[in-house]
Parts: sequence; structure tokens; C-alpha cells
Amino acid sequence: MLNFIANIGKASLNFLASIGRLTLFAAAAIRWTIFPPYYGKQLLRQMLDIGFYSLPVVGLTTLFSGMVLALQSYTGFARFSAEDTVATVVVLSVTRELGPVLAGLMVAGRIGASMAAEIGTMRVTDQIDALDTLSTRPMQYLVAPRLLAGTLCLPILVLIGDIIGVLGGYLVGVYQLGFNPGVYLSRTMEFLEISDVTLGLIKAAVFGFLIALMGCYHGYNSGRGAEGVGHATTNAVVSSSILILISNYLVTALFFG
Amino acid sequence: MNAKNASPKISIEKLVKEFDGKTVLKDISLSVDAGQSLCIIGTSGCGKSVTLKCLLGLITPSGGSIKVDGLEMVGQTRSQREATLKKFGMTFQFGALFDSLPIWQNIMFRPLQQGDVTRQAAREEALHIATQLGLRADVIDQFPAELSGGMQKRVALGRAIADKPEILLFDEPTSGLDPITGGVIDNLILDAVKRLGATALTISHDMASVRRIADVVAMIHEGRIIWCGPASKMHESGIPEVDQFVHGHPEGPLTNKKTVTQQKAQA
Ligand SMILES: Nc1ncnc2c1ncn2[C@@H]1O[C@H](COP(=O)(O)OP(=O)(O)OP(=O)(O)O)[C@@H](O)[C@H]1O
Ligand SMILES: [Mg+2]
Repeated sequence: MLNFIANIGKASLNFLASIGRLTLFAAAAIRWTIFPPYYGKQLLRQMLDIGFYSLPVVGLTTLFSGMVLALQSYTGFARFSAEDTVATVVVLSVTRELGPVLAGLMVAGRIGASMAAEIGTMRVTDQIDALDTLSTRPMQYLVAPRLLAGTLCLPILVLIGDIIGVLGGYLVGVYQLGFNPGVYLSRTMEFLEISDVTLGLIKAAVFGFLIALMGCYHGYNSGRGAEGVGHATTNAVVSSSILILISNYLVTALFFG
Repeated sequence: MNAKNASPKISIEKLVKEFDGKTVLKDISLSVDAGQSLCIIGTSGCGKSVTLKCLLGLITPSGGSIKVDGLEMVGQTRSQREATLKKFGMTFQFGALFDSLPIWQNIMFRPLQQGDVTRQAAREEALHIATQLGLRADVIDQFPAELSGGMQKRVALGRAIADKPEILLFDEPTSGLDPITGGVIDNLILDAVKRLGATALTISHDMASVRRIADVVAMIHEGRIIWCGPASKMHESGIPEVDQFVHGHPEGPLTNKKTVTQQKAQA
């Protein structure tokens, strides 16, 4: 029994310690994002990787989600003759919720994994040490551009994803459910508020930051050898996905009302 | 020699390093004079690489003191170390070239990052260094993954000397190379020491290479320096562990734990 309590104690201490380490890591990374020198080329490379090359994945995900959402909400609302709210339901769900969360989860799988693998490989092959000896701060050269790129690119991605998602709903609404195109569009815009879109974009920025943070943190602290890098990659994806879902609730609750 | 050389370039005293309760370095004391070439030898896993990494501050020592040009390095923050770091050039045991950059940007990494050179000038300088290292000219536009192990070692050497550092650290620069390429690398190291007037610390398992490049040899065993002396006296150390290592005998105190403890008991 005592053993059991001791184990719980140990586990919670470990947990707190890792939160502490992560916080210190994040603080250092933010600090070195603000102070010069700035590595513009690194930033561009990351923005291209996160923003541009994630477009197909995010576009496909939101397109089909918008389409299925239109079908499902039609089925539901038809039961109490509220079919004409389909357009509104689609646009609100996509901008406030599905766009950011789905894009976040897809990018977490794609970018979180590749960041952890790349930085982890650099760790186990001494490239990070080499950077240090060549008078370049690894935090500034590797981590800062990724954090900044993640935070800046996800909102852009999500904005594009939102439009594609709404388009998906429109296609199903007009071509499968027989809505009048003009009516569907005006219904889409009628109840949409700027705050719905900005909420989604704020979420996206938070998710982008978290994805890059977890990718960099796990890669940076990767264990030794190929196995260490493998673990780092898995941990980065799992932890950033969970953090996305938790922070999604927190941000929504914060702006609720 | 001038008065500045009176104090050693690098002086390590009572260096201790523990990893999760396992003491890798127990008591390392070493001093290297400016312009000297010191070779560190010792069996695999005895802590040679860890010693060099402590010297650079990449690993924080658990205790002891490291002075470079009389300046204490242990306990300094990264910003305080910055000026001293510039004096160092290092090659890592496994190359550690930057995968995402072409060879010429690898070689000229520090000057490029510091904004000391234009890209055009850096490319020309890299070409010059690569040719000196016996690499073909077209290599400088390739990426590290496209090069053989020996070529990567040469590029790493080029990166270490590109900024003309005062202190060169080489972690097994000739391991895994054929004897001829190994000889070429040895000459490059000798040349760098002579031409740049640099101080060199080289880790090596290759006794032929040690004889060629070392002024002084230090042997680490069980976390301590068990012998340190001029390279020419390596064969007359009178210490069985050193004898075994130098001659590469499979049988002896290094491979027979019992004998080592007996030695200690005697001492
Ligand atoms: N970051 C680390 N964490 C834990 N242990 C480490 C770490 N780095 C090195 N060690 C341990 O320290 C010991 C010495 O390692 P080191 O790399 O210095 O050996 P070495 O003398 O360079 O050997 P080799 O000749 O094989 O390169 C090893 O037992 C190794 O497991
Ligand atoms: Mg080593």
C-alpha cells in the first residue's frame, strides 16, 4: 500500500518535473525568437514546409469534412424541418471547430514528426553540439524559426482550410441536396460573425505553436541512437495531438459567450 | 618562446563527470602548452570524448576546473563562453556535418553565420580548403550524405580549421580510414598545428598516427590519467596498461580486471 502511494508520488513528481523542463525550454525558445540574430532562411524553409506543403493534406481533410457535415446535418435537421440551417451549421462548425482541430491534428502528424526526427537525428549525430561549437545557438538556429513558422503558418493554413471546407458543404448542398446556390451562399454569410473566424485562427496559432514546441522539445532531448529518435518522434506526435485537444477546449471556454 | 607561453593554453584540473550515478571521469588533470600537440589514448568507453566535450562546455562537468588561456570555463554561462568558443575548432567522432547544407556551406559555416564573408568569397575559400584536403572541386556542391566516410572526415576537418582557430580538438580523425587517407589527415593536422600555430588535442586509437602527430601523449584509464609524457617516451613508461595499449596486446592489465585491481592494491 505504502509502495503504491510512493509510486504515485514519484510519478507525479516526474510529471511536474517534465512540465518544468518543458516550460523552461519554451521560455528559452521564445526568448531566442525575440533576440537577434534572426535566421531568415531557416524561417522561410520552415514556413514553406509547414504552410505550403501541408496544403494538400489540410485541403483534402477539410473538403471532405465540410461535405460530410452538410450531409449529416441535413439528415438531422430534416427531422424537424430545419433543413435551411445546413449552410449556417456547416460554416460555423468549420470555422470555429473543425477547421482548426482537423488541420492541427493533420499537421501534428506531418510536421511534429518530421521536426522531432530531424532535430533528434541532429542530436544523436552531434550536429547540435557542432552548431554550439561553431558559435551558433541551437535554440536560435533550430528551434526559434520552427516555433515562429508554426505559429504564423497554421492560421493561414486554417483560413484556407475553412474556405475549402465551406466549399465542400456548398458542393454537397447545391449538387446533392438541391439547395439554390444563391440561397445557400447567403445563408452561409448571414449568421457568420468575424469573431467565429478569429476564434478559429487564434486556436490555429496556439496549435501551431504547440506542434512546433513538442516536435522541437522531443527532438532536442532525444535519447541516444536510432531508438531514441524513434521515441522522440512518437512522443512528439502523441503529445502535440493531446495538447491540441486540451487547448482547444481551453481556448473555446475562454472565448465562450 | 615568449612569456605568454609560461602559463598553459589549456589546463584541466581534477575534472569529474558523472552520468546518472555512474562516474565516467574520476580525476582528469592535464595541461597543454600553446603550440603543443597532445594525443589522448585509452580503451573504448574510457571517457575520451566526454573529456573533450567538457572542455567545450557541451557537457557540464560534475566537478573540477578547466582553464583556457587562464580563464575558468566551468560554471560560465553560454554568453560568457562565447568569446572562448571562437578560439576552438572541433571535429566530432562521427563527423557531425550538417545534413541540410552543401559541403561548402558546411566548411564555411562559422564565417557565414558571423557575416564575416560574402557568399561568393565563402564559396571560393571553401573550394580552396577542399582542394587542400584533397577533395575534388565538384564535391563542394554536394551534400554530406553523398560523400564517403573518409571524405566526410576531411570536410569535418576543413570546417574545424576554416576559421583559423587557436585550439583544435580532433575526436578520432583517422578512425575508419584506409592507411593512406589516414596519413593524409595526419599531415593535415600537423600542417594546421604548424601553419596556424595552433594547439591541438587529438583523440586516437591509431598508434601509428599518434607517433606521427603527438608531442605529448596522455592515457586515460578508469577515469584517470595514468600516464602523460613525451610521445618518444611512450614505450618506456613502465606502466603495464600503457605498454599493453601501445603494443596492442590482447592479454594484459587492460583486458584482465583482476590484474588491474592487483596493480591498484600495490600502488
Ligand atoms: N550523454 C551521455 N549520457 C550518459 N552516458 C554517457 C553520455 N556520453 C557518454 N556517456 C558514457 O560515458 C562513457 C565514456 O564515453 P566516451 O564517449 O567518452 O568514450 P570514448 O572514450 O570516447 O570511447 P570511444 O573510443 O569508443 O569513442 C561511456 O560509458 C558512455 O556510455
Ligand atoms: Mg569517443
